[in-house]
Amino acid sequence: MTTISADQATGTPTAAASTLDLAGVSRWYGNVVAVNDVSMSLGPGVTGLLGPNGAGKTTLLHMMAGFLAPSRGGVTLDGRPTWRNPEVYRRLGLVSEREAVHTFLTAYEFVLASAKLHGLPDPAAAARRAIALVEMEGAQDRRIGTYSKGMRQRARVAAALVHEPQVLLLDEPFNGMDPRQRLHMMELLHRLGDAGRTILFSSHILEEVEQVSGTVQVMVAGRLAASGDFRTIRRLMTNRPHVFTVHSTDDRALAVALMAEASVTGVELDRAGLTVRAGDYGAFTRVLPKIALREGIRVRQLVPQDESLESVFSYLVEA
Amino acid sequence: MSTVSWITLRGLFGRRRFLLLLPLPAILVLLAVLSRSLGVEPGEWGPPVLVGLGLAVVLPVVALIVGTGVLGAEIDDGTVVHILTKPLPRWQIVLPKLAVAAGVTAVTVAVPLCVAGVLADSVRLGLALAAASAVGALAYSALFLALSLLTRRPVLLGLVYVLIWEGLLGSVVSGTRVLSIQQYVIALADRIAPTGLLQGDVSVPVAAVMSALISVGFTVLAIDRLRSFSVAGETS
Repeated sequence: MTTISADQATGTPTAAASTLDLAGVSRWYGNVVAVNDVSMSLGPGVTGLLGPNGAGKTTLLHMMAGFLAPSRGGVTLDGRPTWRNPEVYRRLGLVSEREAVHTFLTAYEFVLASAKLHGLPDPAAAARRAIALVEMEGAQDRRIGTYSKGMRQRARVAAALVHEPQVLLLDEPFNGMDPRQRLHMMELLHRLGDAGRTILFSSHILEEVEQVSGTVQVMVAGRLAASGDFRTIRRLMTNRPHVFTVHSTDDRALAVALMAEASVTGVELDRAGLTVRAGDYGAFTRVLPKIALREGIRVRQLVPQDESLESVFSYLVEA
Repeated sequence: MSTVSWITLRGLFGRRRFLLLLPLPAILVLLAVLSRSLGVEPGEWGPPVLVGLGLAVVLPVVALIVGTGVLGAEIDDGTVVHILTKPLPRWQIVLPKLAVAAGVTAVTVAVPLCVAGVLADSVRLGLALAAASAVGALAYSALFLALSLLTRRPVLLGLVYVLIWEGLLGSVVSGTRVLSIQQYVIALADRIAPTGLLQGDVSVPVAAVMSALISVGFTVLAIDRLRSFSVAGETS
């Protein structure tokens, strides 16, 4: 308690970094296990929580934010539990996935209300600072109901940042944003992470995580499947075997030609068409048109079979 | 005014369901004015309008709309997270919301009841009804506010309490009247302004003690429930 107020008094909230610790956290609903024995420790910087929909990311985030009691294990922020402990919100901010805003307020009123509820010494200044951080000054006096999805999201981020929390949790912050808004949000998260804050955002899109964070925690089916440096994990993901279904004017001839290719590890011919297994995604997709041209075969359809995130992730789990 | 009550008031009057509050009190006043101007005996129209409509329908229904609205509506649309992610002890959230709910209900109901009471008998009855319904507004609001934290269907459960428990069982099984806020309000109003129009079934001490118990008990329950407030998970 004393350290918290001391940090706030000095006005340098970045001075003391915060750590969010999860120790053997599980959560189940009846027979359904949503989160299964997850342990991790989050420190300063940006961390991506990656996983397909339904992997338990939101449940995990809710437990981190003190909005759900772990069925087993514990979540602590700087050693204090987040569940049933409103005091953690002095150091923690949450941007939930549900687009829930008081549409009848303007962004300024909304952020100012947050500042007041936090009991900040100068709520008006804090609100202006937070709105400037998300670059919403121009629209701050319009009702939130009139905003686009991306603007609402920024207003919510401003409200969550108004007390300059050490830890900011964001659930699918890029959902529904256009590319420009997305870029803007990514920059913001970068800046916050570089300033020594602990930022965790969840996403089910690989590329989003790649652009924002160096470290990732990958969740699959409620379990922590991988964690660490993004590039290492990405390499594991891209080097996995890929399966394609190919339809062409002469499947049999194409199968023969493909077997000679180094990037192809297997070919299967049946009535449905040609199923090709490739070890290298890039090499195969580059070589296929050349072979077709050479053999005088027209490729009618090329469908990657296992591009769903689930299959990418389940490969990762097995690896 | 605290920020919580400010947001609650803005939310209450910013939603369209607020308009639901207006017709019932209007009908109450309209019926009273009509009966009076047509020269109907107060003994004839008093009980059905004051009790049958005013205390049995207008007061609990308005309290239900407002009481489940101050927190329940925010839980429904998820905006409650904004208030909960603040380092506020949970009583600092529940009490302002209860004050708004009870205050809005009391004003909405007490004014038309007061007018109807004056028209039916005397200024004293009007004020008695207003005061007693304010007590009832607090008890109902505490009950419905707690309901919105105990169940995902607070309006339905509240209606069951008002219509089935107080309305149906209260008129058939006399024992249920001891647990009926409506009966407390009648008893209190009758005590302040004794007329032949109100028929209290519970004693005044019981009414006073039970009103206080319900108000405090459900408020404490609501605070405790809000401490363990869980956001619904994806799979539930």
